[in-house]
Amino acid sequence: MNTSFLDYYSIQPITSWIHEALCSVMPEALAIFIECVVIGVVIVALYAVLAIVLIYMERKVCAAFQCRIGPNRVGGKGGLMQVPADVLKILTKEIIRLKHADNLLYALAPYLMIMASILAFSCLPWHKGAQILDMNIGILFVLAASSLGVVGILLAGWSSNNKYTMIGAVRSGAMLISYELSLGIIVLAMIVLSETASISGIVEAQANGWNLFKGHVVAIVAFAVYLIAGNAEANRGPFDLAEAEQELTAGYHTEYSGLHFGFFYLAEYLNLFITAGFASTLFLGGWMPLHVAGLDGFNAVMDYIPGVVWFFGKTFFVVWLLMWIKWTFIRLRIDQVLVFEWKYLMPTSLLILVLMVVLKVFGLVF
Amino acid sequence: MDITLQQTVFYVVAILMSVFSVMTVTTKSILRSATYLLFVLFGTAAIYFILGYTFLGAVQLMVYAGGIVVLYVFSILLTNSDKSINLKICRSKMVAVLATIILGAALVLFLIWTNGFALNVIPEGSEIALKEIGHALISSDKYGYVLPFEAVGVLLLACMIGGILIARKR
Repeated sequence: MNTSFLDYYSIQPITSWIHEALCSVMPEALAIFIECVVIGVVIVALYAVLAIVLIYMERKVCAAFQCRIGPNRVGGKGGLMQVPADVLKILTKEIIRLKHADNLLYALAPYLMIMASILAFSCLPWHKGAQILDMNIGILFVLAASSLGVVGILLAGWSSNNKYTMIGAVRSGAMLISYELSLGIIVLAMIVLSETASISGIVEAQANGWNLFKGHVVAIVAFAVYLIAGNAEANRGPFDLAEAEQELTAGYHTEYSGLHFGFFYLAEYLNLFITAGFASTLFLGGWMPLHVAGLDGFNAVMDYIPGVVWFFGKTFFVVWLLMWIKWTFIRLRIDQVLVFEWKYLMPTSLLILVLMVVLKVFGLVF
Repeated sequence: MDITLQQTVFYVVAILMSVFSVMTVTTKSILRSATYLLFVLFGTAAIYFILGYTFLGAVQLMVYAGGIVVLYVFSILLTNSDKSINLKICRSKMVAVLATIILGAALVLFLIWTNGFALNVIPEGSEIALKEIGHALISSDKYGYVLPFEAVGVLLLACMIGGILIARKR
């Protein structure tokens, strides 16, 4: 299929023009260094802004599901300034130092969490030519980077020197390690379907139809399994038993205050966004507009909507789905969570992988 | 002085790795030791990424940093705290440590002097395609790795069965 029509909105020419302009006035190494610093600042800024948007959305969606109004006082109609005010407030809070605790690891743990989250975040395909980290093993790197968060959770729980945090951390660690398996196997099945592991490649392979529609029922079941496992990976929804407040006060981050707590909070919301972002990349085509093979006029109309709009639209749709799940289902017990993963979800995802390979080998995908 | 960006990054990563390696074995707290080991493994992954071998870098992160270190931390959390362990280093151990250090240093120096410092021969920015690695892993040709691949698979299966046998309720 001809994909040159997608180049209207490609920002590749602009970025390469900026790079050449910088190279003409300074050595290339310095230019690359400056570009890296600028991109880093952009990523962190986007991370913070998205967190604010997601927290506001969570409060409004939660309120809607519970027949409430939600924040409506601060900042005029709709309480738009509520979350920025909360952010300002958390910045002024004192960061408590614990007695008889390993203060180095205690201070390090939130940074490990947020580092894992930002690494995965910077692999998202925002737009054509606007992907920040793009390797030929891209999606594998995302799995690797997001698996680092577990270390942060375990260290946070241990170094707080508190029984509740310790139990919360071990629960959360066991759950994250288990659900990583299903997530990895599903990602493998989608790599089989799109024949590449690079994120830009996966998006471009969906130019003639999204993976969700290309892989028959198998892809739809895979999407459901991915959403469940991803929800558990983000420590949310019915799987937020690490912070079961009735039993464990607040799980592994009980002892954290101020900005350190803010980091855990931020990482939780951004992990939700990352899960949704990769769900839309793997199954709903990332920035790729909705294309139906054969309907060229329809495809051309869809192409006039820029990729970044498509990406945010799909991602926020999946975020909304996950919030719907969170505010509908009740929290599971730890044994239920582990039995569900090891006895039901992982065999299902293995079956999906086998079926997907069979479909692909016999050419039964679209 | 014409150091490329790649070399600068390499030196920074190498220095960090050396520092954290020493800290791993000198720190008193066992969990801190595991954390410093994590940073050494990050450094190794970074070296793979500098070399352009992104697949091995990602696997290093996933298996070692995300798997092995988590396993270490879990086993430290679930066993006795290190305050109950009182280790004394005796004379024979000291001699063994010295011998190991000298042997290791001799090996590294030998490699550097016979082959030269290999950083300059690295092709910049060329990634090895995933397809190539996959074909090499399951090919039975001259440079194929199908036998070690299968052997490791059988070993892992044996480990899993052993783990299930130990954990099974009778």
